[in-house]
Amino acid sequence: MPAWADAVLVPLISILLAALISAGVILAIGENPITAFMAMVDGALMKSTGWGYTLYYATNFIFTGLAVAVAFHARLFNIGGEGQAMVGGLGVALVCLYIPFPHWSLSLIFTIAAAGLFGAAWALIPAYLQAKRGSHIVITTIMFNFIAAALLNYVLVNMLKPAGAMEPATAAFPATTHLPTFFDMFASDGNPLFRGSPANVSFFIAVAACVLVWLLIWRTKLGYEIRAFGQSETAAEYAGISPVKITVVAMLISGALAGLMALNTTQGEAERLVLNASEGAGFIGIAVALMGRSHPVGVFLAALLFGFLYQGGAELAFWANIPRELVDVIQALVILFTGALDNMVRMPLEKAFLYFRKEAR
Amino acid sequence: MDFNTVIQVLDSTIRLSTPLLLACLAGLFSERSGIVDIGLEGKMLIAAFFSAAVAYMTGSVWLGLLAGIAASMALSGLHGLASIVFHGNQLISGVALNFLASGLTVLIAQDWFSQGGRTPSLIGKGRFEEITLPFADALRDVPFLGPIYADLISGHSILVYVAFAMVPLTWWVLYRTRFGLRLRAVGEAPEAVDTAGVSVAGLRFAAIAIAGVLCGLAGAYLATGLQAGFVREMTAGRGYIALAALIFAKWRPWYAMGACLLFGLLQAVALRFQNIDLGAFTVPVQFMDALPYILTVIILAGFVGKAIPPRAGGEPYIKER
Repeated sequence: MPAWADAVLVPLISILLAALISAGVILAIGENPITAFMAMVDGALMKSTGWGYTLYYATNFIFTGLAVAVAFHARLFNIGGEGQAMVGGLGVALVCLYIPFPHWSLSLIFTIAAAGLFGAAWALIPAYLQAKRGSHIVITTIMFNFIAAALLNYVLVNMLKPAGAMEPATAAFPATTHLPTFFDMFASDGNPLFRGSPANVSFFIAVAACVLVWLLIWRTKLGYEIRAFGQSETAAEYAGISPVKITVVAMLISGALAGLMALNTTQGEAERLVLNASEGAGFIGIAVALMGRSHPVGVFLAALLFGFLYQGGAELAFWANIPRELVDVIQALVILFTGALDNMVRMPLEKAFLYFRKEAR
Repeated sequence: MDFNTVIQVLDSTIRLSTPLLLACLAGLFSERSGIVDIGLEGKMLIAAFFSAAVAYMTGSVWLGLLAGIAASMALSGLHGLASIVFHGNQLISGVALNFLASGLTVLIAQDWFSQGGRTPSLIGKGRFEEITLPFADALRDVPFLGPIYADLISGHSILVYVAFAMVPLTWWVLYRTRFGLRLRAVGEAPEAVDTAGVSVAGLRFAAIAIAGVLCGLAGAYLATGLQAGFVREMTAGRGYIALAALIFAKWRPWYAMGACLLFGLLQAVALRFQNIDLGAFTVPVQFMDALPYILTVIILAGFVGKAIPPRAGGEPYIKER
């Protein structure tokens, strides 16, 4: 089978299958899949506000998708993006609350560093345990998700919650740390683009992260080592690449990327740290990375698609008797078909290509 | 803390351990056959929903239980299709099943009952009733042993006793039957089992079918025994705690019971006491919540004995040609 078919045709058919079954699910609960789809398009793509939400969600998914993708290249399955994003949010909150900034641009430099460092730190122990003690990283990162949730709960309730407040959340960040939204940047008096939507400047940081990850993976020595390690651990070790170093470094980068998501949710949108700030985006990163085949361009496109699904799903909940959990089902089907049942598509396709090649001769 | 409080906490430990234990044994069968199962959570969740929904609609908790088991086994079948038939990634398949269950349950619940993703409350025959063991009331007044028998051992629903009976049964099946020997072998060296002329796929499908039944029981207990009806995300991470308990127990049945009782005790204590004041310092409730996971990481790190999973776990078996 030619390489292009494996890279494009297999995921495309997988997604089509997922879409077909999703349509079946919508039919089964007595709604029309075509009108449902049109409503999603209408709500997510036909107005600038819809785009503002779509891009806001997409920003989250780019970060978490890249996080999973970098780990995938080293054949590590980082399922802990959720926890790393939560802890990254803690870093952002501490910086925003306790350092007085004259301007948001200065605060952004510090929050990028804090989100990345905190996220990476949360990935360090699972990475070290995988590299040195052979503890399976999938299990340890799952455990660290729960530990992060408990930690965040404790910190918010017992330390950062303003006195007298009921809700477990920090005080609002000072105004000088508020990131400009797309409305601030692109709207003019006559043309109120992106009004009321949360997309903000961190979208551009996400795009920059895509470029940087592409450079890292395909244009640096470290990236080469990560890919070599992912292809074959024994061969990489024979070539003098340290498995411990690559495991730890790949996971640190992955954790930092997941942590950066907090720029968008915590600093960009909520402007304070709330419980469950990660909004499940850590898990969607898995679907995004699988669909994007761990390539930054693919991750970007898949993140856009999931941003659309998320925003469209929210619109659906307003518009019809379809709860937004439909998005969870679609997401599950995408993960299932592109990640676990990919051979179901690949095997017959391989046979078909083989057959046509014989015919051509 | 008086004797009565101890009894109450231990009683709630048994209730909270039951779903953990059933799910943990499900994971044990699956992983011992070489199929890693992250989808315990999803299977429990979908079983919880279908058992509550069918119990509500038919008024019979037993039909509900069957529906729950069927739903859980359907997810098991999907997992088997992905990981056994198509040699797919078992971890990713498990993650997908968890999302599928979490989405589908709310979607169907909303479609059927329109109550914000939950089932109506179950009453009467729609729930598993508590069983009073013989002489429980007569013996209650016996000092010390009386309350233990009457309040701790007696007065649970049938699924609690089933769960604890599953422990020796699992041990017997795994270590004393031909099927168990083959099951353990297929998790360690599937090529050897294949050479001996036994179907690897058949054994693994049998294992995940058993896992489906056990997760179905666990989910049904949550929705029709522990609580009266289904609410969204009602498993609340129990599938992952069961996974943790499985590692904690190093994939062995009796230790699994120990681990599940320990984690159940942690949940019961956190539920009852919230923050625990030890005089010098206070143990926050969040620490109690996180403790099962922290303990598991420590075990996984190999600082307290080594947890070695079945050797062929997570690897699809592809026959050589």
